[in-house]
Amino acid sequence: MYLLILPGALFFLIYRYVPMLGIVIAFQDYSPFLGFSGSEWVGLQHFRDIFSSAEIGRVLWNTLSLSMLQILFAFPAPIILALLLNEMRSELFKRFIQSIVYLPHFLSWVVVVGVFTIFLRGDGIVNDILKQVFGMNQSIGFLTNPDFFRPLIVLQVIWKEIGWGTIIFLAALAGVNPEIYEAASVDGANRWRRMWHITLPALRATIVIMLILRLGSVLDSGFEQIFLMLNSFNRDIGDVLDTYVYTKGVRQSDYSFATAVGLFKGVVGLVLVLGSNYIAKRMGEEGVY
Amino acid sequence: MNIRSFQDRVFDWVNYAFMLLLAIVMIFPFFYLFSVSFTTYEEFLRSQLLLWPRKWSIVAYEYIFSSHSFIRSLRVTVYITILGTLVNLFFTTTMAYGLSRKIYGQRFIMLAILFTMLFSAGMIPTYLVVKETGLLDSIWSLILPAAIAPFNLIIVRQFFMSLPQELSESALIDGASDLVIFRKIVLPLSKPILAAFGLFYAVGHWNNYFAGILYLNDQTKWPIQVILRQIVVQSDAMNALGVINPEMLANQPPPETVQMAAILISTLPILIVYPFLQKHFAKGVMIGSIKG
Repeated sequence: MYLLILPGALFFLIYRYVPMLGIVIAFQDYSPFLGFSGSEWVGLQHFRDIFSSAEIGRVLWNTLSLSMLQILFAFPAPIILALLLNEMRSELFKRFIQSIVYLPHFLSWVVVVGVFTIFLRGDGIVNDILKQVFGMNQSIGFLTNPDFFRPLIVLQVIWKEIGWGTIIFLAALAGVNPEIYEAASVDGANRWRRMWHITLPALRATIVIMLILRLGSVLDSGFEQIFLMLNSFNRDIGDVLDTYVYTKGVRQSDYSFATAVGLFKGVVGLVLVLGSNYIAKRMGEEGVY
Repeated sequence: MNIRSFQDRVFDWVNYAFMLLLAIVMIFPFFYLFSVSFTTYEEFLRSQLLLWPRKWSIVAYEYIFSSHSFIRSLRVTVYITILGTLVNLFFTTTMAYGLSRKIYGQRFIMLAILFTMLFSAGMIPTYLVVKETGLLDSIWSLILPAAIAPFNLIIVRQFFMSLPQELSESALIDGASDLVIFRKIVLPLSKPILAAFGLFYAVGHWNNYFAGILYLNDQTKWPIQVILRQIVVQSDAMNALGVINPEMLANQPPPETVQMAAILISTLPILIVYPFLQKHFAKGVMIGSIKG
């Protein structure tokens, strides 16, 4: 039995737990030539640098504002779609729509960003339509104007994940006893009231759990997507913690500082999940664990 | 059944119209890419809103397939996807099965796995470990550090625990070892779930972009997504493809159609496996949503 566990255990040990030991370099001035043992200890120096750096402040703000926009717009989108799907009478049509809206989830971010790029660039079809149908005489620089960066990120997330996100909510709705709906309509509740008083409360526990999980990753902003969307026009507004760690650590080989930033991110995320789970439980919800 | 009110019917109409619109928004981009990539350049320039190629042309596809780097990266990606998925399934099923039995230290191992879902060391320490284990610039750097997705492991373990215990017990009495039971009884019973997670893992490998950027400097090992990004997002099609066939250089297709053709070619495998995926994933996600 232990033989069976061995390969997996080695994987977790080497690629998940050994890196955690590697976190010590956040407290060193790590140099690849001197190694972990030879590098000089600098204590909390890098963390002091993080909190006094204006650049980090900007990156942190970018990360948080993107996350907030996502929670505000991309988080509720699948819930609304699940409610609407649940109201569809034709089972066949419902399944047809479902299989189409799930599809983008399986595409790579390169493809999604690529499709948006092709559609939105100066001579792309969206600008063509704006010019032809709405008589605009200049192209809109969707990809070069930093004002469009955040809306585009949120829009891409919605396009890619809205369908996939409904699965878990639809599963919760499948468990609702249909007799409750019948009883409500006998009592004269119309469609909206039934949605509001039966369907939505049925989703409550699931929504809370999903929100907790989402809150735990407010400092994750979807690395690949952001990295692919970054260009020289939007770097000021688009750089997030993950892309910053990549630039600092891998591109500029500032391993220790980048590790310190990553550790800061990981700890805040951990505290947020545990904290919001605790609060959810205190509020009488089930929580994640 | 009572007669549906006027209000009800309006709601239905609006709902159905909205759903149809949503489906179009999801599908149209690919339809458009298809049309443009198969259209001659003159036709593409002339018509403002091209919805179906009136004059067909496969120049863009010829161009892509005459390039070395695109074909090479496709081959690399196919290789990584097959090899990587096999590694994923091996690591995931063996560990899941081991943990589905009553063994000493099980609780501790499960907690250790859960903890990695909540907290990870971060990009740089992981990068350094990959470097130290000598995987840099090897395609194993895209496979080994991603050998197990903890979430999948937990679901597969739950599935193994749900299998009837009597089967393995009787085999045990007949003198079969744990390994034999796993190979001869448990795995054959798990074919649907192996197919489901195999597909999930395979899609992950096929779509993987960032690990390639992070761990591979050697361009000859770049997977398809890295090349695709150069072609489409960085608009560097001609350079990325590196076509050296002089005949092709003479009548170069427009970069736009090449980009669209490249997206479609690299998405095709996903579109082909999608119907099979679809049968399985809802079930997989449902099992996962049951708390255990």
